[in-house]
Amino acid sequence: MSVANRPSNRPLSPHLQVYRLQLTSALSILHRATGIALSVGALYLATWVIYAASTPKAYAMFQEFNGSIVGRIVLGGWLFSAFYHLCNGIRHLFWDAGYGFELKDAYRSGWIVVGVSLVATALSWIVGLRLM
Amino acid sequence: MAEFALPANSKIGVGDTYKATGAKNIKTFKVYRWSPDSGNKPTVDTYEVDMDTCGPMVLDALIKIKNEIDSSLTFRRSCREGVCGSCAMNIDGTNTLACTKFINDVKGDIKIYPLPHMPVVKDLVPDLTVPYAQLATIEPWLKSTSQPPTRERLQSPEERAKLDGLWECILCFSCTTSCPSYWWSGDRYLGPAILLQAYRWIADSRDEAKGERLDNLEDPFRLYRCHTIMNCTKTCPKSLNPAKAIAEIKKLLVERTI
Repeated sequence: MSVANRPSNRPLSPHLQVYRLQLTSALSILHRATGIALSVGALYLATWVIYAASTPKAYAMFQEFNGSIVGRIVLGGWLFSAFYHLCNGIRHLFWDAGYGFELKDAYRSGWIVVGVSLVATALSWIVGLRLM
Repeated sequence: MAEFALPANSKIGVGDTYKATGAKNIKTFKVYRWSPDSGNKPTVDTYEVDMDTCGPMVLDALIKIKNEIDSSLTFRRSCREGVCGSCAMNIDGTNTLACTKFINDVKGDIKIYPLPHMPVVKDLVPDLTVPYAQLATIEPWLKSTSQPPTRERLQSPEERAKLDGLWECILCFSCTTSCPSYWWSGDRYLGPAILLQAYRWIADSRDEAKGERLDNLEDPFRLYRCHTIMNCTKTCPKSLNPAKAIAEIKKLLVERTI
């Protein structure tokens, strides 16, 4: 058996540790992360409804948490997750149909998705506060 | 299951430093080193290279290091003009060919690692046994069951044009080893290079095994681990588009069921 084929304690070459983070991979992992956030957010919503259905005091307690800094980060993160996952999902639909694979198109659509989801998050946040 | 951290035997330590004394125009190269004979863990060695006496490409610098500084440095290279695919490696955070990557395109120190998430044979030489075996599974040759013609199998210019952007692939595996899906599922997912090759035969008007080829790809892992991350297209040193080729395969699989 040649030296090259000898079974050994060959190390695994570095991957995440050295690969440059770029828009392509960053938006892909963000899509998955926001998908997970939406699932967890659905549980949060269910908890909210359970509190609302129990007692006024419990509901007030939950609302107080929603109004706190941590609560606002959770709700704002969930809102952004919803918009980002929606927009990037539409981007995936275009890909599934075979469009947008040129590198410059993929970058343009990526930045559009980021921009639209940030603006939509900010707008719904403002509108939501006005309606309160 | 995805293992994000490197195994214990693969953690990278600090290696030796080779100073370029007397040189005025210095570029620093930080190169991954591992030898099966040493029994040590991998390290990153630092080489200062005199740019006044070095060619313009990263491969020129590697050859200069091997010739003049450290003859034990091991890497694959052959054509030095981007057609053989031997010198694919991770340079400055992305996979490319050392022979077509300009040293001046990298700001600061140049970090060089083997193609990511592969077993290392030595230094910058990865073990490509698995991707080559995966290439064999897609049977990359013309398949025909009809009576062989008495002359060449003709194609129209339009039919031939469908192979452009596919035949140019040199199988350097820069794309495959840039793909996080391949990192986590490389034992079952074929990866962008092999899928582009698969599509090269599916798209060939002379091939008569299209259905059989699609059958072999219709699998949750072999094909559908592609999540359109697009690292492959981003990194391809030949500016090809593996992500697009994979999408075309997915489209054909949908089209034949409706």
